[in-house]
Amino acid sequence: MKFGVVVFPGTWSDRDWGHVVKDVLGAELVYLWHKDRELYGVDCVVLPGGFSYGDYLRTGAIARFSPVMDSVASFAAQGGLVWGSCNGFQILCEAGLLPGALIRNQCLEFRCEWAHVRCDQPRTPYTWRLEREQVVRLPIAHGEGNYVADPETLQELERNGQVVFRYCDRHGRPTPEANPNGSMNNIAGIVNRRGNVLGMMPHPERCAEAELGGTDGLPLLRSVLGAATATLPPTPRSRLRGDPGR
Amino acid sequence: MSQTAVDHRKLREVALTSDEYMEIVSRLGREPNDVELGMVGVLWSEHCSYKSSKPLLRHLPTEGPRVLQGPGENAGAVDIGEGWAVVFKVESHNHPSAIEPYQGAATGVGGILRDVIAMGARPVALLDSLRFGPLPDSRHHFEGVVAGIGGYGNCVGVPTVGGEVYFDECYAGNPLVNAMCVGLVRTDQLKRARAGSAGNLLLLVGAQTGRDGIHGASFASLELDGATEERRPAVQVGNPFLEKCLLEACMELLDDPGVVAIQDLGAAGLTSSVAEVAAHSSAGARVDVARVARRELGMTAYEVMLSESQERMLIVVTPGSECRVADVFARWDLEASVIGEITADGQLVVVDALDEVARLPVKLLTAGAPVRTLYGRPPAEQSAIADLDQLIIEPPDLGAVLVRLMGSLNLGSRRPIFRRYDHMVGAATLVPPGADAAVLRVPGGRLGLAVTIDGNGRYCRLDPYAGGQIAVAEAARNLVATGARPVGVTDCLNFGNPERPEVYWQLQEVIDGISAACRAFGVPVVSGNVSLYNESEGRGAVDPTPVIGMVGLLADYDRRLDPGFKGDGDFALLVGETRNDLGGSEYLSVFHGDVGGRAPGIDLARERASQEFILAAAAAGLLRSAHDVAEGGMLVALAECCLLGGRGVHCGGLRPDEGVRLDAAFFGESQGRFVVSARPRLTPELQVLARRHHVELTLLGLTGGDAIQFDGQLRVGLAELRQVWENALLCT
Repeated sequence: MKFGVVVFPGTWSDRDWGHVVKDVLGAELVYLWHKDRELYGVDCVVLPGGFSYGDYLRTGAIARFSPVMDSVASFAAQGGLVWGSCNGFQILCEAGLLPGALIRNQCLEFRCEWAHVRCDQPRTPYTWRLEREQVVRLPIAHGEGNYVADPETLQELERNGQVVFRYCDRHGRPTPEANPNGSMNNIAGIVNRRGNVLGMMPHPERCAEAELGGTDGLPLLRSVLGAATATLPPTPRSRLRGDPGR
Repeated sequence: MSQTAVDHRKLREVALTSDEYMEIVSRLGREPNDVELGMVGVLWSEHCSYKSSKPLLRHLPTEGPRVLQGPGENAGAVDIGEGWAVVFKVESHNHPSAIEPYQGAATGVGGILRDVIAMGARPVALLDSLRFGPLPDSRHHFEGVVAGIGGYGNCVGVPTVGGEVYFDECYAGNPLVNAMCVGLVRTDQLKRARAGSAGNLLLLVGAQTGRDGIHGASFASLELDGATEERRPAVQVGNPFLEKCLLEACMELLDDPGVVAIQDLGAAGLTSSVAEVAAHSSAGARVDVARVARRELGMTAYEVMLSESQERMLIVVTPGSECRVADVFARWDLEASVIGEITADGQLVVVDALDEVARLPVKLLTAGAPVRTLYGRPPAEQSAIADLDQLIIEPPDLGAVLVRLMGSLNLGSRRPIFRRYDHMVGAATLVPPGADAAVLRVPGGRLGLAVTIDGNGRYCRLDPYAGGQIAVAEAARNLVATGARPVGVTDCLNFGNPERPEVYWQLQEVIDGISAACRAFGVPVVSGNVSLYNESEGRGAVDPTPVIGMVGLLADYDRRLDPGFKGDGDFALLVGETRNDLGGSEYLSVFHGDVGGRAPGIDLARERASQEFILAAAAAGLLRSAHDVAEGGMLVALAECCLLGGRGVHCGGLRPDEGVRLDAAFFGESQGRFVVSARPRLTPELQVLARRHHVELTLLGLTGGDAIQFDGQLRVGLAELRQVWENALLCT
């Protein structure tokens, strides 16, 4: 299994992803420089957190024009795994690989803390090791994580089961109090229709070792590790059960 | 000597006295031109030359077996084993933050990062020590500074893992913003400011040079007054994105044999950094300002040499390596221009294309500032600061006092601040902010690095000598509470105008106190900063506020401790001796509205015994939690252990020793104490250890439940306590 971690100027989670891929998962790692188009045959492209291009203009707005993003888009179109976390999620939205946008947190402040999220779609290459509605605890660190989309898009995301993660309390209820940034429907992460592109605000790479305070990122990382060798699990189609959130 | 034609306005602009001007004239044998005068003025400023504090700073112990680099470099370095060195330094950005809180704080963080990068180290942690006037009046300063620290640190991707903030009337006109950076470097990659041989080239890299921040260092060496507002242009604007690119590019150069030195451009800009590298090798340098990439048209040589534009570095390279090095910066889309070279003649020569605009001996710039002999005298009220302890009436409801204290500005939860800082990036933060000290893991092994920053200005006003000792003892206690042994200190001394004898006396006493404590604990001071003239119109000087940054080491980070109680049914114990130390306490200030009294006594031998006991107990795995007893006293410390551990504690009635008041036992701030918890079956072993270390160990009670309770004395529910504690900073 080979992970390609993209490095834009201003990216800072690249080293943390590199550590987890190499030292925790024991998988192969290659850094993908934003000016290059070559993807070196990776099985999964990671768009890590950071402030690519200083987040000037809008988060992710400049990064999407980097040469590497052309290759990432073709890779995604061929069904390749593209995983964006934090700034990576913002870039995927700007690049049109995922619908919607991420705007300033409702509290107008940066938030770095642990958040509970509920897995509402375990039938993706990233989450098949989780149960439906399983609650995991993941760190967040962002100032612009407030997910917004027009009503039709939102409805479609919910209908297609594309909402993968939702902020919730520790019992799994997606309450307004458990929403750290004001995201619509408490959305913390979504996939594209095909299920191969995931964007999420939380940082799975920061919680893959017990000494860092939690290991709930591991089932996600291991799902991807297995996804390359196993047959891809079915893409999300089924409607979500239960409360779609507010 | 010739009659000098210089006018006083010009001297005031460069913050030089007439005597200093005469000194320059006599050493040069001629009058300096404007460019030269500006260059000397800025390097002779207090900020750059330490001309007032230098004689006192010599008292600090700076050596030790682990010290790889002591004061005098961009930052200090200490060997921590396994091939690693930890590099760290604290620096003030008080005046800029008073004028423009966001950018002042942001560029403070940017500057201290570059100091660590210049040593070849990758920054792994940031900490901040902040002082403001009380809220809500000082909210403008407070919000701006916190946002600026987050805005810069979060973008650069270095975790802000610790810090402290206190509110007091004395900081209302002159807030304090001290930023500390900690970095890691392989010992064989440690870089130092040096010029190498003549012919080496000077590469200016990073941001372009603009007119921002001219005279920043001189401005930092004046009192804040009405005219200060007009000095707003002296505050620089930070660009953390550029800094991040600069950091990565510099890290790529560490293995390049052509790179002789990396030097930060901070206060006094190009003038200072070129002079520094040349001075370290007793060399000279020639700089062509025409080759400096600029962001503005029409800049003069004077402006280029004195600009404090941020995110720039000077790289000294051997001839022939310049293209290779410039390519690295080009890859990161950064400027890199050869602006000059090292020479052998000991002169700093500045040319503007073909014209020579300045020629000064390097030594005159870096070591020429006449040391000022100032004299100190205790302030008149010092002798009148009496023992108030007997005048205070014990409050009937101790539980209500606890609630009030936990909801006060100085003791409330700091979470509303640190959740705005990314403290997890780097995947190394093992003990996050909110504990006594943060603990980080060192890559590739089991080594843990504990870091803290601490200080108490009120104690220092009441008794600067004891206060200086306490600042060091307290920082050491923070580290020890995580199980880490202190290995090095960096200090930032924030004082008023030293030309006033009372202030100079405070400075003398505090430095002596710091020295005594560092010697007692065997911890060297490897870097630091002095910030004087912290005064504002109508309010006078700030309390003497030494801030101690300290780094400690855990041989195995799995043995780390934090303050929160870990399980129900553990013993909660108090380590150390309690006395009637109510003077200068938060209890006195919050509940009785008094900030006087006698500072807590400090006995370095006892302090050390307590700390050694905790270290031994932690290493033996006898403790489940440990927390330093500091501001607010034992009961506040105990309440924090409960809140952080999510469980209460049930104690019998507290019976203080003979002669100790009950409120002093609960809220007094006697030094050398910890609240720890341990499994009951291990307690006998703990008692044996305590006796061996001659340390008092008192059983307080049993952990568990949802309240903090002392039978017959007080009972407060944790929910109520949490409510006031978590909202203390939000609701004011």
